[in-house]
Amino acid sequence: MTTMRPPKRTFDAVIIGGGGAGLRAALQLAEANLKVALISKVFPTRSHTVSAQGGITAALANVSDDNWHWHMYDTVKGSDYLGDQDAIEYMCRNAATAVYELEHMGLPFSRLEGGKNAGKIYQRPFGGQSQNYGGEQAIRTCAAADRTGHALLHTLYQRNIAARTQFFDEFFALDLIRDEAGSVLGVTALEIETGEPWLFEARATLLATGGACRVFRHSTNAHINTGDGLGMVLRAGLPLEDMEFWQFHPTGIPEVGSLISEGVRGEGGYLENKDGEKFMARYAPNAKDLASRDVVARAIAQELRAGRGCGPHGDYVHLKIEHLGAEKIKARLPGIRELSMQFAGADPITGPIPVTPTAHYMMGGIPSNMHGQVVAPVRTGPEEAVPGLYAVGECACVSVHGANRLGGNSLLDLVVFGRAAGIHMIDYLRENPIPRPLPQAEVEKSLARLARWGKKAGTETVAGLRDAMQRVMQDHCGVYRTETLLKEGIAKLDQVQARLPDAVLSDHSKMFNTARLEALELENLMLIARATLVSALARTESRGAHSREDHPKRDDDQWLRHTLYFRDFTQMRDQLDYKPVKLKPLTVETFQPKERTY
Amino acid sequence: MKFRIYRYDPESGNKPTMRDYELDFESTQPRQGKKVLDALIAIKDTLDESLSFRRSCREGVCGSDGVNVNGTNVLACITPLEGLKQPIEIRPLPRLGVIRDLIVDMEQFYQHYRAVKPYLINLDPEPENERLQSPEDRAELDGLWECILCGCCTTSCPSFWWNPDKFLGPAALLQGYRFIADSRDQATNERLDFLEDPYRLFRCHGIMNCVEVCPKGLNPTQAVGKIKALLVKRAL
Repeated sequence: MTTMRPPKRTFDAVIIGGGGAGLRAALQLAEANLKVALISKVFPTRSHTVSAQGGITAALANVSDDNWHWHMYDTVKGSDYLGDQDAIEYMCRNAATAVYELEHMGLPFSRLEGGKNAGKIYQRPFGGQSQNYGGEQAIRTCAAADRTGHALLHTLYQRNIAARTQFFDEFFALDLIRDEAGSVLGVTALEIETGEPWLFEARATLLATGGACRVFRHSTNAHINTGDGLGMVLRAGLPLEDMEFWQFHPTGIPEVGSLISEGVRGEGGYLENKDGEKFMARYAPNAKDLASRDVVARAIAQELRAGRGCGPHGDYVHLKIEHLGAEKIKARLPGIRELSMQFAGADPITGPIPVTPTAHYMMGGIPSNMHGQVVAPVRTGPEEAVPGLYAVGECACVSVHGANRLGGNSLLDLVVFGRAAGIHMIDYLRENPIPRPLPQAEVEKSLARLARWGKKAGTETVAGLRDAMQRVMQDHCGVYRTETLLKEGIAKLDQVQARLPDAVLSDHSKMFNTARLEALELENLMLIARATLVSALARTESRGAHSREDHPKRDDDQWLRHTLYFRDFTQMRDQLDYKPVKLKPLTVETFQPKERTY
Repeated sequence: MKFRIYRYDPESGNKPTMRDYELDFESTQPRQGKKVLDALIAIKDTLDESLSFRRSCREGVCGSDGVNVNGTNVLACITPLEGLKQPIEIRPLPRLGVIRDLIVDMEQFYQHYRAVKPYLINLDPEPENERLQSPEDRAELDGLWECILCGCCTTSCPSFWWNPDKFLGPAALLQGYRFIADSRDQATNERLDFLEDPYRLFRCHGIMNCVEVCPKGLNPTQAVGKIKALLVKRAL
């Protein structure tokens, strides 16, 4: 093909993704007067952070006695001991500051009534949160009604307007540009409105591209959650970490997938099977409905399997909150009520909400450390920083969530590590003032990948292949897994993948061609589905959200380690590697792995 | 189910047209009925890949998919198909430039939003913990902060149709008031100075189309009324 030189823009730093993590990092950089571009495939407030409901967890102790050590213990335990304890300490230690900072920015938190804490930030109970290292329920999750993600996303976007961050809205990032020494020097991106590719050159690049639950057929995630940053990382020859761990949220609306917040149970809601039994008492005698999400999701799956599901197909259970009363529901859970009426046809003031476990969150992702640096086993060490590349938010695996994330910790992850990455990038940019030469061949490789979708012969459609892939993942990589199920899944995915080169678009226009975007997203999703199945097959134990029926026990001797998945694109092979869990926190004692009960 | 959808291909040189589609939806009915967005996606996936529209959350919280259905501005993802008169006519939001099909150029809308300085201004040194705000003061923000910037209200407003470059429109005015109403904000006077203008604010004639179409049930007209009341109070 002829040499193409797309128009180029040069910045100090470029951020891919306009959700909470990307916006928080951008703010740090823009307020330090660096030249920062934020590229997002949607207008920032359309990002999936907006769908977060229940809250952001920080031990403010506004309601119950609390401190960050207890929050740290809960997070380590919640992670089923797979979380890295240095990063978890960093997150929990900085949680209160991060929340106060959001309040100072203007986030409209709900407020507490009366007493000595009147006017302070409202906090509600959430799953897996305890006082005193596993004691009484802690009340720790800070909320703006049940629209905390909306409040957080809009507030951060608004602060970025004030800080004059430069936004490139509706630009779709294609590929990282990495030179032979391994440094990342920018990205190629498609301007969606014109259909023209651009080159963004920057001394530091941050991926904040969010999750990828759209690999599943039913998910709580937005259509845009296609894991584009993960595809970019694999194509750049870098690994993905712990991709077998996907959180199935216990309470999604059947079929449509919309999330019903854990905050509903935090406010006093409970689950019932078709016999009217509050069944969580059998699975988690102490925490009951506020056990960790993996525990509750498995309990519901068991109830459905035992024929105790509700409805004509027995495919859901009931979530009840009528007893809270109309006033409290309207004040604390207005968004939930709206969703429930729109998508489940149920007004929770008068009747139960039908719910079922639904793919919700990717615990794995791009391996990174607590400064947001992407780390990979290159050259000498197992965790070498990739120069110029950062990742934060759901696309990253720090790992603070390990094998199972606690509710309220994802919004916290976004702002704590968004800020941390911003701080580290400022130092990195100061130490690396001179841009390195851009390898033109890498740019051309990316453009060739794009040009592939210009071909006009083929028999497969993008929508058809996406549907086939989503069915494989839904059927073979759900709440419960076995070797047979996973092997069959991989075989089926092989078949779907083999059809991908035959896929063709009928729309070859340039301007706002969303069919082409969906094709590029499918390429990313397909890589993620593969990484998930391969990583899940190899891990012969049950830990957190990864439940192997053929290996029902956690096996710390063999598996207290992180999975690293590589894709070799020349040989078309998968490769697995492992690295140890960081059990040593920054300053406190290690929380030793022990049996996990709620 | 019959649909008539606005199509515009900017590269073709042709004028916009209305194109007819027919879908059979009976076989896969979920319990609460399909929404307009489900139909758009099904048309794109099975009948016509070139149909273009924005979408993200598909649950009415991100504000991507504001469109005009049978003459009313709605979010496609929360609008049930059931009960809509067929053929269901789907057009882009009115008055904004059309980029392609159902995708409009929102820049004018965003400019007005940015113009009201939609961020908290408080120059006091930040306290160690949170600033206190009574639940009553916080309640003043309810019905304001929930705006999802979908544009349904502003593009349904005749005052905006007449003066889209000068009248800020209901969404931006609602956000303007959201910060005036915040007990933590210190820039009320500056904000009122900006809004005290024959066009920016005073082109609102209380037609209330905005209230009728807001998919989140918000009331921009009321917010405009409160701004006007503050201006009067200030003048006395």
